[in-house]
Amino acid sequence: MIPELGHFALVLALLLACAQAVTSLVGAQLGERRGALLIAAGPPTAIGGAAFVGLSFGCLMWSYAVSDFSVANVVQNSHSLKPMLYKLTGTWGNHEGSMVLWILILGLCSAAVAWFGGNLPASLRARVLGVLGLIAVGFLLFTILTSNPFERVWPIPEDGTDLNPLLQDPGLAFHPPFLYLGYVGTAVAFAFACAALIEGRVDAAWGRWVRPWTLAAWCALTLGIALGSWWAYYELGWGGFWFWDPVENASLMPWLLATALLHSAIVVEKREALKVWTILLAILTFSLSLLGTFLVRSGILNSVHAFANDPDRGVFILILLAVTVGGSLMLFAWRAPAMVPQGVFAPLSREGALVLNNLLLATLCAVVFVGTLYPLFADLVLGAKITVGPPFFNATTFPLFVPLMIAMAVGPLLPWKRADLWAALARLRLAMAVVAVFAVVYIAAVDRALLPLLGFAVALWVVLAAATDLADRIKLGAVPLGDSWRRLRGLPRGAIGGIIAHAAVGICVAGIAGKGIAPERITLLRPGETTTIAAYTIRFEGTSSVAGPNWTGTEGRLVVIRDGREIGALTPQRRFYPVARMNTTEAAIRTSGFADLYGVIGESTADGATVVRLHFNPLAPWIWFGAVLMALGGLVSLSDRRLRVGVPARRRAPVPVAAE
Amino acid sequence: MTARRLLFALPALALLVAAAGFWAMLSGMQRGSFDPRGVPSALVGREVPRFELAALAGWNKPGLSSADIAAAAREGPVLVNFFASWCVPCLVEHPQLMRLAAEGVPVFGINYHTGTQKDPGAVDWLRRHGDPFRRIGVDVTGRVAVDFGVYGVPETYLIDREGIVRWRMAGPITEQILADEVRPLLRRYR
Amino acid sequence: MKAGDHAGPPRPLRRARLPLVGARGPRPTGGGPSWGARGALRPLALVFFLLCAPAHAVVDPREMLPDPAQEQRARDIGRGLRCLVCQNQSIDDSNADLARDLRRIVRERVAAGDSDAEVVRFVTDRYGDYVLLRPPVNAVTIGLWAAPALILLAGGAGAFAYLRRRRAATPPEAAPLSPEERARLRHLTAE
Repeated sequence: MIPELGHFALVLALLLACAQAVTSLVGAQLGERRGALLIAAGPPTAIGGAAFVGLSFGCLMWSYAVSDFSVANVVQNSHSLKPMLYKLTGTWGNHEGSMVLWILILGLCSAAVAWFGGNLPASLRARVLGVLGLIAVGFLLFTILTSNPFERVWPIPEDGTDLNPLLQDPGLAFHPPFLYLGYVGTAVAFAFACAALIEGRVDAAWGRWVRPWTLAAWCALTLGIALGSWWAYYELGWGGFWFWDPVENASLMPWLLATALLHSAIVVEKREALKVWTILLAILTFSLSLLGTFLVRSGILNSVHAFANDPDRGVFILILLAVTVGGSLMLFAWRAPAMVPQGVFAPLSREGALVLNNLLLATLCAVVFVGTLYPLFADLVLGAKITVGPPFFNATTFPLFVPLMIAMAVGPLLPWKRADLWAALARLRLAMAVVAVFAVVYIAAVDRALLPLLGFAVALWVVLAAATDLADRIKLGAVPLGDSWRRLRGLPRGAIGGIIAHAAVGICVAGIAGKGIAPERITLLRPGETTTIAAYTIRFEGTSSVAGPNWTGTEGRLVVIRDGREIGALTPQRRFYPVARMNTTEAAIRTSGFADLYGVIGESTADGATVVRLHFNPLAPWIWFGAVLMALGGLVSLSDRRLRVGVPARRRAPVPVAAE
Repeated sequence: MTARRLLFALPALALLVAAAGFWAMLSGMQRGSFDPRGVPSALVGREVPRFELAALAGWNKPGLSSADIAAAAREGPVLVNFFASWCVPCLVEHPQLMRLAAEGVPVFGINYHTGTQKDPGAVDWLRRHGDPFRRIGVDVTGRVAVDFGVYGVPETYLIDREGIVRWRMAGPITEQILADEVRPLLRRYR
Repeated sequence: MKAGDHAGPPRPLRRARLPLVGARGPRPTGGGPSWGARGALRPLALVFFLLCAPAHAVVDPREMLPDPAQEQRARDIGRGLRCLVCQNQSIDDSNADLARDLRRIVRERVAAGDSDAEVVRFVTDRYGDYVLLRPPVNAVTIGLWAAPALILLAGGAGAFAYLRRRRAATPPEAAPLSPEERARLRHLTAE
């Protein structure tokens, strides 16, 4: 019964989503007075719809929890011996279940707009809810018609075929929810953009409302991507963290545009400039989220982590994509030309720096886009099979990335409207001196390879510039320390969040650069033999058999010795999952926070010699630490009074109405 | 002003082009004319690479060399099939190969990674399911497979009278592929 | 569980081919569970897509060349060659049989004194340009390689035009601010 209840709830959610879309859009069109009743119907349907999707998702999760093998989806993705955590997370470890999660998050966002959006002008809120309702209708139809997770199976199999063991991992278990939160968050910004186009009005207040949603989506996307890359780092077993895989690119592109959107929305909010561009960015960011969904699930892309897929579904998502994105872009082509650019500023100003930021981020995104899709279109149009791999992306993104980093350090120091570049650079002279000294010492003492040096230098530059910004704002050193402290307390959270996030980018870049100088050793060791890597001596103590709930495996023991003292052991594993019939490697990582010692074992020969692969990755943990800090900066900024949902109403309610 | 309007319509137009492209890809995938995963063969239109492979130990067929293929091809088109006993798709295409062999089409087999621990069961496999091959070469190191540009098993090559590779099938020869592709090709190069 | 289960012959569905069955031929029906042949194929397809990801990814040191300089060259060449079975992995990162065979051949060629370009040509002669992770610049890929510069130029031109128009709209400024005023203004606007 439970699966049928879930199915039924999903259909009810579809009906409610239809109601939400129709009542809200028609009501808003009739006007706030004549359509008042219809407008008022929007929020309850949104909240009710979210509740029904939640119920449906709960039913699916229940089916997984109790291993109900009469449900085809459970049979294909679960097994009775699987640990409970992965039974539950297996709910979204497959195409159908992940669609329900996607829709659930969309429903929750809709409900949040309905619940907390009381301070929005009624017609704007109605239109936002209407657009969100339309998106929900599309995805609910897709799920119910082509990817029903509640399909039964007869006869009932005795046990399931197990979830792919690679997905039975804490990092990957929580990677999709964050990613979907990010994708769907961009849907809210998209809905705001469409609503603004319908209303034909964008003002500072609009910028202020869009920003928290973009910020929240961006934080979630950052964490989601970081989790995915962390997983790749410790699970795939060769120490890489980013492969420019098409599916990774599909998540990176919305992130890049969301980052651009985050910054351009500031310009809209503060200066009422860049409005048309910001609208376009909001539309494109969500479009790229949808494109990712399409590419991953249609079977078009060659990827190691694409879902099982078939072209029939692809056609459905393509239609969905064409209607959603095509509709919004047509609306854009129709309404946007009427929006007259406003705002007056010199090219050299905070606005100008943010334009440069948007130019570079959008170009980066476009380059990734071209690199990801070129092979497909070359195949289709020219009939030529080519591969666009990491060397292309590294070669083309790096030259864009370095200027972005350099400008990113200077931008926040520029005042609005008109700036003096030399004054800003003068404030950064200490940072420049430190970076120069660092570069000289690094070349003399560490390494001469250009790229890692450039990476470290740029990272240091960004961190120091953020520190300079903070120090200047609180007048560190210029006034008594107590005054500085008071100033720090008084700084707007938005400013603090920005400084944290910028510094975090530097930290992340340092980690990435560290991978460029990471030594590695691959060797064949017999029990008792030793090898060295970096400052460590590693003694191999042999392998033993280990077993988990649904796997068996071999565990190697590598004793780590430094300066003659044993300081710990690495215990990498090779696992075999009999139900899924797959082998996995579990890397052993010993981290000091500043570097990782990373060990993997390979096959053993008959005489007990085992292939051992060791990496010493300086600063590697900073990649993910930096990403988490970025998201934290976003959250701090999100907690700013100005952006707190509900607050603008009390503080600056007249703005949206008064602006026209 | 129209130029400005056109500029604003540009994103929608770009989407239209992209969507048309994706639609062409999807419908091509459904028809089988577009395969984003397939790897093209660099060997089609070129001569069969030179090689000489030993016979499968414990089995009553002679080994295989490029000269054997050239000699047989002078009589008419031949098929060269890469197979392995652990490969399920090989089993899917096996009846079709048996039928072709029964009809007199020369089918040569190359056992991929034989004799290593990767494929201990070739002899058992042939005994159980039948042997469609005229000759069988064992490619222990996978070197000949690389010379052919094989990227997995099963893979089948059609060679014409001049000893030129005319067609390559990556994946099992299903009944439909036998009827739609192999038979017309065999007629054409007869 | 016997220890032999790990070392035993690789499991049968290790090839790229099953999705093709679905795409090209009639979908096999059979005695599977009643959710149908299509449903039955789906997990198989998933197995393929994730197949190579867990590759043990440990290059066997016994494959390595004795000369470290040659070994380094071989690794650099290997990093640029795509493992065809796995998609989107270099042969250096993959433990698929084919990747191992290719690694061995690359080392053979390097040891035989071939230049890097000759080794790469040896492989592309057999597998085509498709194996190159860095696509060569030619008629097909010129659009790809030109794209970044063109995008940046177009975007830059757009941004430039926009910024110029914003500045043109600048109203003439009144009396220049005094340094104190300017500092105060900067402080106010920086918030």
